[in-house]
Amino acid sequence: MDLGALFGNFNNFLDFTVGGLVIGAIYALVALGYTMVYGVLQLINFAHSEVFMYGTFAVAWTFVLLHGTGDASWSLGRAVPILLVALVAAMLMSAAIALLVERFAYRPLINKNAPKLIALISAIGASFALAEAMGLRDRFAKWFGLDDNLANYVAPNKARDVYSNPVSIQPHGLFHIGGYSVTDVDLVVVVAALVMMFALDIFVRRTKFGRGIRAVAQDPEAAALMGVNSTRVVQVTFLVGGLMAGAAATLYMMKIGSTRQNAGFLLGVKAFTAAVMGGIGNLRGALLGGLLLGVMENWGSAVFGSEWKDVVAFVLLVLILLVRPSGLLGEALGKARA
Amino acid sequence: MIRSKKSLRAFAALAGVAALTLSACGSSNDNNKGTTGDNGGSKSALCGKNLAFLGALTGDAGALGQNMVNGINLALKQYNDKNADCKISLKTFDSQGSPDKAPALATQVINDDSIFGLIGPGFSGESLATGKTFFEAGLPSISPSATNVTITQQGWTTWHRVIGNDDAQGAADAKYLTETAGAKKVYVIDDGQDYSKGLAGKVKSSLGAAAVASDQISVGQTDMSAVVTKVKASGADAVFYGGYYTEAGLLAKQLRQGGFTGKFMSGDGSEDPNFVKVAGAAAANGALLSAPAGPAPAGFAASGLYATQAYDATNIFLAALAAGKDNAKDINAFIGSYTGDGASGPIAFDDKGDIKQSTIYVYKVADGKLDVDNPEAIK
Amino acid sequence: MTTTPTPPVSAPTNPLFRLGLWWDGVIDRYNALPRLYKVVLVLAFALFVYALPLVRPPLIATDRIDFGGVMFACAAYALIALGLNIVIGYAGLLDLGYIGFYAVGAYTTGVLTSYHWAWPFFLALPVAVAVTMLTGVILGAPTLRVRGDYLAIVTLGFGEIIRICVKNIEWLGASAGIKDINHPNTIGPAPKPPFDPGGLFAIPRLEWNGITPSLDHEHATHFLVFGARDAIPYYWLLLTALIVVLLGDRLVKASRVGRAWEATREDEDAAELMGVPTFKYKLMAFALGAAIGGLSGAFYASSQSGYISPDSFPLATSFLFVAAVIVGGSGNRWGAMVGGVLVAYLPERFRDFADYRLLVFGLALTVLAITRPEGLLPPRRTRRAKMMEAEIEQLEEGPVDA
Repeated sequence: MDLGALFGNFNNFLDFTVGGLVIGAIYALVALGYTMVYGVLQLINFAHSEVFMYGTFAVAWTFVLLHGTGDASWSLGRAVPILLVALVAAMLMSAAIALLVERFAYRPLINKNAPKLIALISAIGASFALAEAMGLRDRFAKWFGLDDNLANYVAPNKARDVYSNPVSIQPHGLFHIGGYSVTDVDLVVVVAALVMMFALDIFVRRTKFGRGIRAVAQDPEAAALMGVNSTRVVQVTFLVGGLMAGAAATLYMMKIGSTRQNAGFLLGVKAFTAAVMGGIGNLRGALLGGLLLGVMENWGSAVFGSEWKDVVAFVLLVLILLVRPSGLLGEALGKARA
Repeated sequence: MIRSKKSLRAFAALAGVAALTLSACGSSNDNNKGTTGDNGGSKSALCGKNLAFLGALTGDAGALGQNMVNGINLALKQYNDKNADCKISLKTFDSQGSPDKAPALATQVINDDSIFGLIGPGFSGESLATGKTFFEAGLPSISPSATNVTITQQGWTTWHRVIGNDDAQGAADAKYLTETAGAKKVYVIDDGQDYSKGLAGKVKSSLGAAAVASDQISVGQTDMSAVVTKVKASGADAVFYGGYYTEAGLLAKQLRQGGFTGKFMSGDGSEDPNFVKVAGAAAANGALLSAPAGPAPAGFAASGLYATQAYDATNIFLAALAAGKDNAKDINAFIGSYTGDGASGPIAFDDKGDIKQSTIYVYKVADGKLDVDNPEAIK
Repeated sequence: MTTTPTPPVSAPTNPLFRLGLWWDGVIDRYNALPRLYKVVLVLAFALFVYALPLVRPPLIATDRIDFGGVMFACAAYALIALGLNIVIGYAGLLDLGYIGFYAVGAYTTGVLTSYHWAWPFFLALPVAVAVTMLTGVILGAPTLRVRGDYLAIVTLGFGEIIRICVKNIEWLGASAGIKDINHPNTIGPAPKPPFDPGGLFAIPRLEWNGITPSLDHEHATHFLVFGARDAIPYYWLLLTALIVVLLGDRLVKASRVGRAWEATREDEDAAELMGVPTFKYKLMAFALGAAIGGLSGAFYASSQSGYISPDSFPLATSFLFVAAVIVGGSGNRWGAMVGGVLVAYLPERFRDFADYRLLVFGLALTVLAITRPEGLLPPRRTRRAKMMEAEIEQLEEGPVDA
């Protein structure tokens, strides 16, 4: 244990903190997908990590399509046009996958009023299948005789290997917070995450669909009696979760730059932890949980060494749940003012 | 150390074709320089039999296993093209890189009488989990990639590897960092895996006082901001990373973006073109990647980490075949005394099964490309 | 409504549901048998299961991976599923970190028999079980106060914490793992490799050529040698443990404890009001489940390879364990065991699909979950409730339109 590493130097302290906030913003966006679905269905959507992963591939593919495979390092400004296209592609891709999961892994079970645990298994199965399908994309391309045409997208024989965005985005420092040089990429990640959250907040609070979501979350039967089409509401919930995951995927690819077929798993576990920490089913809780988790991981890395980072995250989770059994802001989606 | 059934069969085969093969065997016994393909028109009892590969072909580390299989298939194709009457094929056993699947696969391998040699196991964990099984059954094996130091200390005389172990590489890397690259303060990082910890640990102990601090990330980690902060705070002028190319690339990238300007060095797990892709050309430039293997010969048709080693391992078995060895005991003895120049460098084994002389090379990244043709040998 | 006599139940046409009914029929017929027949039947069945890896029935035996090793894995998964079934099926607690207990059992055995001490395996076994049970109590005491779904992520976290700890603590072998873990003691002369396989006598296995069997003396199993070459003796040992646990499970389930679990699972508040100390019983289920996981881990550690490392206990395997219990039929011990066997067996049997087997496994999980939400063999009570529901629906709404 080395408290000095964290608190010994204020600049380092800020450095650890800001770095954690940036990754925390991505956790928060992914956590939204878990929290929305849980809020409405009281089900943990384990396939959401794959929804995110497909988004990251959509981003890389967009760059391959519009730029080619030549490796390049661009400034953020130069990449903006392609990034915007990639954002749309990733949101569409993630939303499509989310709807697919809803249609085939969840709706049949919801209709049967099946036990909760079985929905979890269905989602775990879907998660396995989706991740493997991405890992086998070279085989599928071959079946259709497209392996030559799509060689740059499927990476023949190595579809399971890491897949990098050909354009590596070089961040530029804008200003300093302590020793941390805040770059344009960091700023975009955090601001974009906050804007998306804010937009979602308004969507849930102010729109007709949002009211439907809250109604179903509060009392599905009463909502149905009031004429709310619960199937449609569930669909919209998955759709919104998917769109947010797509946005998160774009930010992730801006910051990290490469992905692989199992990239969703660890991030999914983290995002889910963040959602529970903040109070699952609570949108603002997801934001708080994500940022807190990101920061605490970095502080934990500083004090105990990076190998204990995940232990710090989970111990923190248990402590929070012991003090506040339903998370920090623990309200259900239905009751939330937000 | 021979399996009773195999040896019986081998003796029967030997007796049957003794008249034909006697002269050929006699002449090629001394010729174990790694030439394949001249078996004097006689047919070995092993013709039509199989080599086995045990390692990860699917799962998280599947890409590495695929590289090895590509190398093996290249060697087999070259051999089979030359020896149309004595084809050898490959049976693959996919462990998914998991040490708990490996023992059952190993048992299958030793009970399959058509298998006369094993390329693998791919990783150190699998090797430790299956070493006893292969040893008790007396099946000779050559691993292209398992570098953990302790494997060859178990007394398994059938176990060999064509790759330098972590100690050799770690010591050379430390020397290169301080003497050639001129580093004064090195920050050592690993990914917590056995291979990585062994390599990084050896680098650290060889560096002595020049190692300022160390940290450990985890496999699959993508955000390195905490480590980057620590490296900067330590005032290090070089970073050594023990691990594989994905995390190495991300680390190099985020170090540079965080303003770190010193040297970045990593070991053979990172010596892959994908390192540059993950790090991005700008961040990868100047990176030093060591490997206990020389450059692949021109026109070598299998690419990726460990492909050359797998190719070499296969050729050793094929050389044993060409030299007329057709039972486990003889093949094992042949491997033990083998000397030759492989695609990955000169090969000869010591009595523990480690490669005798392993020259460590440093590959450099320049102009956004890993220069695989002109590495610098660490003296 | 028509007056024609309809069958008492609108029998669901789902073939998987019929499987459940068929199973009920099997059990009913078994229960109706005289005692002597029962004993003979059970013994015959047990003998068949013991002999399975030697009989190697065609179509069932795996051809790309040692069948004995696969059967060992099946038995290990069945034992794990049996333990996890107590936690999930009986007490209704979703534990996503069960692999942690498996690891604790394995590491306790490793440390006691090889890494720090050199105890014989059978001395270390009860200690491993006790340590795992204690771990279950220590982890359960704070976490079981967390309600419902939150328990899932908290247990998942604990599974991961245990893995990270064994990976980073030098005293536990760190990332290099523990090797040369003591095998159970060989009965009969010890093997002296390479020529003397040891053991009291050799049991040949069957080799099938189409449907004609022949004895294969070359690859015999030596009774009772616990070495590195043959997994079958380990399978026999584990199977014996499985049977003992199965008998214990029957006793516990039928006792007051079993009823308390049921009450807690169905409605915790109501159970508490009726005077059931729910927390105590939940903790008991957690600890008991943990102990069985530890038992399985201990057998795994001392098995063929005698080697364990943190890589043997990945997080994703916990999901497989849960999948095994729920696919098989959470709450029914036979269902859970069938689930465990299937989860271990199917990916190995279909190795020919090599690359596709995980994809197919994932799809199969989803399809099974959708078509058969109660699991393959749900507890009979669940099936009865479902039939009752269908009956009521039929009475209320008339026969379902064709």
